[in-house]
Formats: sequence, structure tokens, C-alpha cells
Amino acid sequence: METKKTNGQEGGKRQRLSTNMVNVFIMGKHHIVPEHATIMRAIEYAGHQIIRGAGCREGFCGACGTIYRLPGDYRMHTGLACTTLVKEGMVLTQVPFVPMLKAVYDIETLKPDVSAIEQVYPQTFRCVACGTCSKACPQGIPVMDYIQAAMRGDVAEVADIAFDCVACGLCALRCPAELIQHEVGILSKRLTGRYLRKESTEVDERLDQVRSGKFEQEYAELMAMDKQTLSKLYYDRDIEP
Amino acid sequence: MYPEYLNESLKAFERTRAKRLELALTGKPVFPPMNADERKDVLSKYHPDFAAGSKRVGRVGPNRGEELTTEVAEILEAHSMIEPKLMDIHLREPDYETDLLIIGGGGAGCWAAITAARNGCKSLIATKLRMGDANTMMSEGGMQAAVSRTDSPTRHFLDAMGGGHFENMPELVKVLTQDGPDVVRDLENLGVVWDKMDDGSMQVLHGGGTSRKRMVSCRDLIGATIMRTLMDEVKNHPDMIAVREFEPAVELILDDKGHCAGAVLYSLDTEQFLTVKAKATVITTGGFGRLHIRGFATTNHYGATGDGLVMAYRAGAKLKFMDSVQYHPTGAVFPEQIAGFLVTEKIRGAGGQPLNKNGELFVFPREPRDVESAAIIRECSPDRNMGVDTYAGRLGVWLDSPIIDMIHGEGYVRHQFPGICRQFDRFGIDIAKQPMLIYPSLHYQNGGVGINERCETNIPGLYVAGEASGGVHGRNRLMGNSVLDYNVFGRRAGQYASEYAKKAKLGKLNVDHVATHAAELAREGIDTDLVSPLILPSYTPEDVKIQQMARLGNIPARHSMLRSRFTPGERKTHL
Repeated sequence: METKKTNGQEGGKRQRLSTNMVNVFIMGKHHIVPEHATIMRAIEYAGHQIIRGAGCREGFCGACGTIYRLPGDYRMHTGLACTTLVKEGMVLTQVPFVPMLKAVYDIETLKPDVSAIEQVYPQTFRCVACGTCSKACPQGIPVMDYIQAAMRGDVAEVADIAFDCVACGLCALRCPAELIQHEVGILSKRLTGRYLRKESTEVDERLDQVRSGKFEQEYAELMAMDKQTLSKLYYDRDIEP
Repeated sequence: MYPEYLNESLKAFERTRAKRLELALTGKPVFPPMNADERKDVLSKYHPDFAAGSKRVGRVGPNRGEELTTEVAEILEAHSMIEPKLMDIHLREPDYETDLLIIGGGGAGCWAAITAARNGCKSLIATKLRMGDANTMMSEGGMQAAVSRTDSPTRHFLDAMGGGHFENMPELVKVLTQDGPDVVRDLENLGVVWDKMDDGSMQVLHGGGTSRKRMVSCRDLIGATIMRTLMDEVKNHPDMIAVREFEPAVELILDDKGHCAGAVLYSLDTEQFLTVKAKATVITTGGFGRLHIRGFATTNHYGATGDGLVMAYRAGAKLKFMDSVQYHPTGAVFPEQIAGFLVTEKIRGAGGQPLNKNGELFVFPREPRDVESAAIIRECSPDRNMGVDTYAGRLGVWLDSPIIDMIHGEGYVRHQFPGICRQFDRFGIDIAKQPMLIYPSLHYQNGGVGINERCETNIPGLYVAGEASGGVHGRNRLMGNSVLDYNVFGRRAGQYASEYAKKAKLGKLNVDHVATHAAELAREGIDTDLVSPLILPSYTPEDVKIQQMARLGNIPARHSMLRSRFTPGERKTHL
């Protein structure tokens, strides 16, 4: 593929590379990068050492929130730099940090209902249901739906919808009502885990057994065994289907 | 979307499925598990640890004369980032003082801080990137804990010892397995949303090398779920826990009795060196995947450069099992953009099957990781030549995920594996309908700084927990035991280090060991321009790097840490 040259040779010598390359503008500066590169890879290909803006590099941590525009498209797009591919003409910047006031609270004094949302993140109720947060989410999570659930006090529903939120904060950055959506998600998940699940009697029993020293004798025997005896025991053990 | 040239292989794979499904539904192993001799054979011939050049003898420090993984030896025999003489004033007047310094803000570090706070001890977490930028965040499949009635902690002990070829330190495996159920309850009380059955009992699945269903999970995002819960809890105690982000530690500080007394931090924002005086120090810096050992792609996070090993080693801590590396059997190989990314073992725990290019089973899907990886490498090797070629020149085998829905019912894959589904959806591959192409990926630092069950090292006042420590897993860790490891030992480190801190009296601070290390390098005639800890890997193309190296004062790269010259392996593997 012949790469379109833009004005001048501002990319220097590297401008000449031409097969399977695309033009991108990293913080406005023109670079030519491989067309199959992720945004993160493109930034590194251009010669940057990323310090703020890379974490797990696999789409879990939310460190690499990125905003960009494309030619002939009026919209502002969002993506995670580690898993979004570059496109011809992309104009992009990473968002190195999202200013955020995480509330300090004691989970033991909260109730898993609307009172917790009111107490910890009262700005949630400023939501105007515009849906900008859902559009901004690089994970495709219907963020506005879980904010609506939070306003109803249905924290389990919030936890379910926000389960794979990466907390990049792009929703909060775009929100005209200044909510901190992802923190509401984390709070709701914690309340759900802490209060709304049936406790396991199996775990209770096992904890009692461990505390009463039920396994001490068996541990002592296993730890006293030589490698050969232990190995035999291991390879002869039955495996649960 | 898979390219057309793979169609034939995909068809072969569908042809064999009916029979494989029938086999899976019997509940019996779909392929005979290997015995001890077969395991030994495949490991010695195909595991990367046994390849020529994978190890070399260390020339300096506490493990001098022992075999180490080559890349580890390289970073241990590198220059320090600091000039000890210039640190004097900062040692007399430290920038921070705290009871407990915790180096690393992943799962173990957060637990150490939370436990210390419960014990009335203040701590400071210094971390290289953000809190939670850690391998903890990325674990997918689950955590082993002997919670079900068919299981017991001692069975878990036996499975872990066998997985580690009986070289693990038994006293560490004992506390690992014994604390498991309590970790499950502790995490639930903090608000982790476990996968549960209707009656409230934990959902448990098999992992590689488990003899009982023991894998507890949070869909396929256990790491992110636990990490965000722990981080949130840490931030709920600003009076007890201080956090410094983008300030990695680069050297430990000792006092005149040789006790650990804190660390020198390096601010990535301002390039200052800052000193922390602490009554006790906990290293929770995680592993070394970003060294790209033997050129392998890695599942690890950006900062996994083995910094804790380097610091502790220079201060005199002894390392254990640093001649072995874990390759996760199932890293993605297609498409190229996600090469090396983790595909959770839970896929195989739920019934997923690895298959060669003819769609045939060639290994029991749940062997311990080193054995499973070696078997996959063997299948792709010229000896068998049964791998599938990608356009980028990588080899892999199929991982049949659609069969999981056929076993458990439609919708199971989408619900249980939202993370992996999303990863592949981006490239038009629906893993509930199509298989994945996989190959082993550099995953885990099996060894590390030697500890006892109180997380103590041979240096008084220095504690280590999580992946940075060595001994728990021997030379091979089972799935789900690292998530358990950082929880169990993170809590223990916080407990015992805070008890120690309450009584500790520090003498005069120094970094003399850094000068000793430099003298040792000179004495051994070691000529290197490498500076460690590496802090971050460099993915800058060579041509750009050469032009950066023209910077005056760059010899031997002492002041250009962020443009590290360490270029491990073949560059194309990182694309």
C-alpha cells in the first residue's frame, strides 16, 4: 500500500517507510506507523517511552485511556491504547490521569441500598440520563444503565453491569453532570459481595476444622515423608471427575 | 475472523468434535495424563528452561556460583542507578519516615498495608506505576482454596507439592493451603463478588494438576475484582496508609547492624532520588515477565521487570529457584496484536481442549503448567510438526472453547468468560463459536527471594511476599496458587512485619552494600552498560534508540534508565 504523504517531511527519514503503514497524529504530531499496530504500539514505534499511560497492556487495568478523532467524522472516540488498532488519519492523545475524588468510607457501616449511594457518592443523583457515559465507555458497558440502577438502590444490578469495568475514568471525564461512574461501580460491587450473597456453610465448616487443628496430624505426616513416598502418594491419588 | 488458509484445519477440528464431546461427557480424562517418567521426558526435551543458553552461573552476590536464568543473571550483574557517596545527606535527613515501607502496590502490597493497619501500624506504599498496575490485576481464571466438602487443605498440599516436583518448601506450602479458606472469607467480607452456587457455596472448578475441584472464581476477572477491592480498601485508610505512585524503589537502605531500614525511591515524574526510613520493609514487587526471557512474549504487566530481586540481592538476600521460569500453556498467538496475551486456564478447567492442526487431542488438558506447555511446544516442534502456522510466522495449537457451551449449555462461555470474549470479539472471533490459537507465553517467576512462613528473609527487617518470593511453588506453580500466594503471604507479611516494626530500633542508615556490589563487579571483571532495576522495558525501535543514545553523559547509560538499553529477545515478539 502506498502511504499518502502529508505536508513536508516532518517525520524525517522514517517518513520513507511506506508498505502497510498509516499516518497518525500523536498529540498533533505526524508519525507513520504500522497499520496493524495498536495505539500503544504506535506510540512506542514513534519513539516514546510511555510512563503514564500503560499498565497491564492487555485491557484490564484502565491505565491507557485514549481519545481520538478520525477524518470525516465529527465524533470524539474513546479506546484503550493497548487493544485499539490505529486507523488512517487518527488524531489521538492518551489521558495520563483522570482527576478523581474517591470517597473514604467504612464498608461495615453502610447498607447495600440507595442510602449507601446517597451517603458516599451523592453526585450520582445529578445524572441527566444523557447517555454520554455509555458512549464513552471503551468496554462497551451500558454505563448509564448501571447509574440508573444505582439511583434505584439496586447495587446488585450495578455490580452485574459494571462487572468488567476497567476504571479508566473516561465516562467520568465526559459526564456533563460530573458523576464518578466507575467509583459507584466499585462501591456497588463491594456492597454486593459483602452483604447480598448467601454465605457458604461449607466455608464455615472448613474454617472451624482448620482452627481446631483437624489437619495438623496429616500435615505433619506429609511433611515428614521423603520425596519417593510423597511422589507415590501423589501419582496414586484419585482425581475428582 | 480467521484467514481462509486456516479453513482446512478448522474443518478437521470440527470433524473430530462429536467424538471428543462424547468423551468429555463421560467425565473420564479425555487423554491419558502423563506418569512421572513421561513428564520428565517431555520437560527435559521441550521445556524452554532446558534449552541451551537458558541458564548461566552467577558471578556476584549471595547466589554466586549457582545457575540462574540468563536474563536474571544479567540484571543482577548490572550497575546500580545511584552513586552511594551522593546519598549521605538524604540518608541523614530522609524524605519520608514510616513504620512499614511496602515496595509495590499490587495484591500482596495492598494486603500487607491493610493487615498492618489492622495491627495499628502505619505504612507507606511506594509503587512504580499506579496502585494496582500489577500482575494481580490480570489474573483471570481463579484462586485455589480447599473449601469444598470433597476437598481438604492437605489434598491441596499434595497437589501443590506434586505440581512443583516435590521441591517446594513444605512449610510454605502448608501455610499456603491452610490459610486458603480464611482468605476466601476475608475477601468476601471486603466485598469480593465470588461465583457462587444457589445455596451460597462457592462454585469450584478444576485447574491443571488439581485432584479436586478447588478453583474459586469471579467470572474470568478474579484479578481485577480482588485488586480493585483491595485498592479501594487501602484508599479508605488515608490516616494509616500513604501511597506514592510513580516512585519505584531502586535500592534498599540498611542500618549499621545490617538490618533493613527503608529504601531509595526514584521519582519517574521528577527524576529525584528520595529516601524512606522505615522500621521494616516489605518487598511485593512481583515478577519478571517483561525481561522477555528467551524472546518469549509475555502475559505480564508493563512494570514486571524483577526490580525486587535486584534490590534485595544487592542488599545480601539469598534467592531461591531462580533457574526456572513458568510459561503459561495458553497465550494467544492470533491475531498478532494480542500475541502473548493470557487465555485463562479456566477455559480448560471448564472443558476446553488443546488440539493439533488435524483437530486431534495430544495431551491431557489439565497437566501441570510446565508439562502442558512442554507438550504444546513438542506438538509444534519439527519432531511432530503438528502446529498451526499464522501469517506472522508464529506456531500454535487450537484451543476448543465452543465445546464448553456444548458441555455446560449455551451461554456459559459468554457469561463465564466476558474478558476473553471481549478480547477476541474485537477481532471478529466469537470464542463461543470458534476456537482460539494458542502457544505458551512467559508468565510467572517461579523462584524469588527466599522466605519463611513469616515472610522473613535472611536480612532482619526485610520481608518479601507474592511473586517476588521464592520457595512456595518450587520450580513450577499450579494455576490459582499465585492468586492464593499473594493473598496468604501479603497478609502474613503485613502481620509479621508490623509486629517487628513495633519493636525495631534503627541505627545509622547507609547504602554501603551498593558500593560493595560495584567493587564486586570490578573484581570479577564484569563489563556491562546495563543499569538495574530496569524499571520499564523499552519497546523503542532500534533506529530511534540509536539516535537517543547520542545524548551526552549516556555512557554507560547510567542516567538513561527510562531509555533502558536492555533489548531482550527478538523485537518482533513484542509487536
